[in-house]
Amino acid sequence: MRNKYSIFSLFKNALSYHENWQRAWKDPAPKKEYDAVIVGGGGHGLATAYYLAKKHNMQNIAVVEKGWIGGGNTGRNTTIIRSNYLWDASAGLYDHALKIWEGLSQELNYNVMFSQRGVMNLAHNLQDVRDLKRRTHANRLNGIDAVYLNTEEVKKFCPIINTSQDIRYPVLGGTLQRRAGTARHDAVAWGYARGADEMGVDIIQNCEVKSIKRSGDIVEGIDTTKGFIKTKKIGVVAAGHSSVVANMAGLKLPLESKPLQALVSEPVKPIIDTVVMSNAVHAYVSQSDKGELVIGAGTDDYISYSQKGSHQIVEGTLNAILELYPIFSRMRMLRQWGGIVDICPDASPILSKTSIKGLYFNCGWGTGGFKATPGSGDLFAHTIANDEPHKLNAAFNLNRFVSGDLVDEHGAAAVAH
Amino acid sequence: MFLINCPYCGERDQQEFKAGGEAHIERPKQPTELSDDEWAEYLFMRKNIKGVQFERWNHAHGCRKWFNMARDTSNDEIKAIYKMGEKPPTQ
Repeated sequence: MRNKYSIFSLFKNALSYHENWQRAWKDPAPKKEYDAVIVGGGGHGLATAYYLAKKHNMQNIAVVEKGWIGGGNTGRNTTIIRSNYLWDASAGLYDHALKIWEGLSQELNYNVMFSQRGVMNLAHNLQDVRDLKRRTHANRLNGIDAVYLNTEEVKKFCPIINTSQDIRYPVLGGTLQRRAGTARHDAVAWGYARGADEMGVDIIQNCEVKSIKRSGDIVEGIDTTKGFIKTKKIGVVAAGHSSVVANMAGLKLPLESKPLQALVSEPVKPIIDTVVMSNAVHAYVSQSDKGELVIGAGTDDYISYSQKGSHQIVEGTLNAILELYPIFSRMRMLRQWGGIVDICPDASPILSKTSIKGLYFNCGWGTGGFKATPGSGDLFAHTIANDEPHKLNAAFNLNRFVSGDLVDEHGAAAVAH
Repeated sequence: MFLINCPYCGERDQQEFKAGGEAHIERPKQPTELSDDEWAEYLFMRKNIKGVQFERWNHAHGCRKWFNMARDTSNDEIKAIYKMGEKPPTQ
């Protein structure tokens, strides 16, 4: 049994200069066989393993990760959490996640620094105003908190926004979800890893999957850089590399992997106490607890796995940021990076069985997967354990691209794609 | 960001171009006879290759012509550029 983190353990370890903290998770060699193997040790993969062990009593499982846990998009996103999606299926999925976020630090005994500071989405033209009002009504019908704000109310909620009507894309209004906010991305991966490890899950890092073995349409195991692992169930949670893993099993997915960039500024004193997103001009910004402005830019339009994006994308975002927040004009950006996001044609995720028995895919989260981490893990664990989707992720199956029953969240989600 | 050698205009900044996705996806000859699975394959399923892939590009802020490119998506290195209707390079 692992020691609980608490004020007392903090005090006790302070006496030994914090040199005797125990390991948060083990570093095991892979066993020959597992009941299930999760491919991908990001937030979603680790959460899947955690809920498989906790809710479905599957402790003989492993998470294999080609790098280190949380080193992919989990550590590269802008940490925004919200659930104000337009369609019923999306609202159910994302609000399920938001409800888990609200108690996650307690459940994991790990501070994920979930902060419900609110997310405001701005409208810059008449169509934005109509869309955001419609989404506010749809959210409320689904039990999700949402209010529409006029320009004065936007200014009151976030005084540093330039609400002058003379700028190129003036602020005409916005929506606010107060339960939304941010969390510490690394802590989410570490907290789930620690929780899963404690229940007996093997977290195997630096272990890349090379091929998927199957006999007919049933999976038999995976070949990895650390040898062959036999298993009957494989849950692939590989984000930008989902198509690469699917290809090993002879499957094609409706995904395109593209670079998405973000950047942070030098740290400054508290200046913005909420998250503001603007779809039309493509700028979103929040402030981390360290004081850095965290700014999200857009995706490039070409497929790439290079984790580098184009300079003009960042320039466009900063142009918009400077017009909306003139106070930032003399700030310097410290770091900029790209992550590879797997985008579905309908901008909704895939949490699904496949035509191969025992092979499951959790992918297609595109530009906005972080917010769904706990819900995604919970529902994917349900899908793997029961070989059937939960009712909340039933709509997010692979077959929707054949039936045409898409969950079209492009533009509808108030998010910049 | 990279430079692209437009077959009609020469080397230009990538900013002038628009990516058009996977190349050589043939439009169905008999659309009325296609099954739902075949439609899904044509419309949505993509190779999304990590490595050298063939793709379409448009010189949107230039001559506005379409052309094909073979590019390594793991490091964005352009291997070949060829015109529409031409066969992809074998090497």
